[in-house]
Amino acid sequence: MSKPLISVRGLTKVFGDFTAVNGIDFDVAKGESFGLLGPNGAGKSTTMRILAATSTRTSGTVEILDKDPELFGPLVRAHLGVVPQQDNLDGELTVSQNLYIYGRYFGLPKKFIKNKIEELLEFAQLEEKRDVKVEALSGGMKRRLTIARGLVSEPDILLLDEPTTGLDPQARHILWDRLFRLKEQGVTLVLTTHFMDEAEQLCDRLVVMDNGSIMAEGSPAGLIKEYSSKEVLEVRFGSDRNKEVAPQLATMCERMETLPDRVLMYTEDGEALLEQIMQAKLHPTTSLVRRSSLEDVFLRLTGRTLIE
Amino acid sequence: MNQGIDVPQIQRFGALYIASARLKTMSKWRTIIAAVDIGNPLFYLIAVGIGIGVLVEQGSGTSGTNGIKYIAFIAPALLANTAITGIMDETIFPTIEGFKWRKLFFAQNATPITGRQIAIGVYLAALCRALFSVSVYYILLLAFDVVNFGISILLMPIAVLGGGAFGALMLFAAAKIEKEDQFFNILGRLVIMPMFLFSGTFFPLSSMPIYLQPIGWISPLWHATELGREAAFDYGIGTMMVVVHLAFLITLLVTGLVLATRQFEKRLAK
Repeated sequence: MSKPLISVRGLTKVFGDFTAVNGIDFDVAKGESFGLLGPNGAGKSTTMRILAATSTRTSGTVEILDKDPELFGPLVRAHLGVVPQQDNLDGELTVSQNLYIYGRYFGLPKKFIKNKIEELLEFAQLEEKRDVKVEALSGGMKRRLTIARGLVSEPDILLLDEPTTGLDPQARHILWDRLFRLKEQGVTLVLTTHFMDEAEQLCDRLVVMDNGSIMAEGSPAGLIKEYSSKEVLEVRFGSDRNKEVAPQLATMCERMETLPDRVLMYTEDGEALLEQIMQAKLHPTTSLVRRSSLEDVFLRLTGRTLIE
Repeated sequence: MNQGIDVPQIQRFGALYIASARLKTMSKWRTIIAAVDIGNPLFYLIAVGIGIGVLVEQGSGTSGTNGIKYIAFIAPALLANTAITGIMDETIFPTIEGFKWRKLFFAQNATPITGRQIAIGVYLAALCRALFSVSVYYILLLAFDVVNFGISILLMPIAVLGGGAFGALMLFAAAKIEKEDQFFNILGRLVIMPMFLFSGTFFPLSSMPIYLQPIGWISPLWHATELGREAAFDYGIGTMMVVVHLAFLITLLVTGLVLATRQFEKRLAK
């Protein structure tokens, strides 16, 4: 295997008496799509800012393209495209002006940027908005423009912090499609998310983070296989009865999680388990059989749900 | 990496990229900027310079103003004040916007551009605005025959130096503060207004009681005004004082810029 593009060892970041990132290790290979999955406050964004060569670390080592981002900030940033959690476009300028000015910050020739803008407007599906002020764009369009802006310098690595947070489902799907294309083109993606479906769709490999530490690492399918069963049966008995029937249900499956509104039962065969419950005359008010997801992995690892 | 990216070049010219982006945004406000920067001091010049000037000159002729007509006496002060308020606008607002309102600085800092270059770029663009306003205002002063063309041309760089000294401090302050509402209240009421009134703007500073004079001594406006009067009318403050005024303004400017660039780097790296 060739040398990783990003290599992180024992990375720690302390703010006052709060440890945001607590000794994490990971590598990202060229062309890989790598994710940091975890709830808000897990330390994902802090890690991203350090990878973006803008924030300092307390201890540990970080190498991006063989360079320490803290010592070679501008050199490292010349290789990166950054999509922050909060869009920070210049609202007073138009769509194409935003791309143009950003290209100039990389010192790129005017002619190159002009051509690049056409390509990026098409990629972001914003051709018709080129001369519209950014303030007037929808949330999804702004997000796509921010991603396009991050690509203006043809970066080796694109860093995306919570790329679809705050978007409606349709806008999210458009964005996923765009990111998937980048992945196909071989762009190395590093993204953070607290949406398990996003992580499953976009990441080849991911780490699950909680309270500044890495809880597990692997491919989405691998993690599910390792930490969860094939299927999950979700049953609801009404908020009072859930607890009441729990002990009886627990005897029927390998593992179970009782959430405030529902009970999750982990099993290899959900339908068979449901049949068993019916025969026991427990009659749930609703039931659902589904495949295990990263949400279940997270619940198993931390005892908590991702979005609280 | 994109072959067109020349990092050493960005390290040399990054501040200019930022300044040019700032000027692009500023140019959208050119009408308002021209109205405020030229209209405001012009109103003062006419109302106070001509109107109150009549009273002043009826009372004591020009003996209170070292033999200079009252309107001419206040003109360098108003010119310096134009530079100060203009540079203040273009340092404070873009800085708070950049760190807080729109977070543009974080976007700029995600490129090879450094925090130091962002600070200097914002500052340079602010100086450009002051230079523009001061030039137009100077031409008006010539047209109204308030000053004579000649060495008085030094009024322009002096005003920009005064504005730049104050602006460098504002650049630092705006990067430092977290709660801008309080900052604006304090700045407007306790800094700008007293500075405008007690910097020898409308009367020589020495005519104030001694306990009020220190306001002038620490005010960039007073130093720039005194230098401006000396340049425009041979006001007679002496070489020694010229050096003192220049040294004060340059020290303030350099200190402010050092503090500001450090603070920009620090806040972006958080």
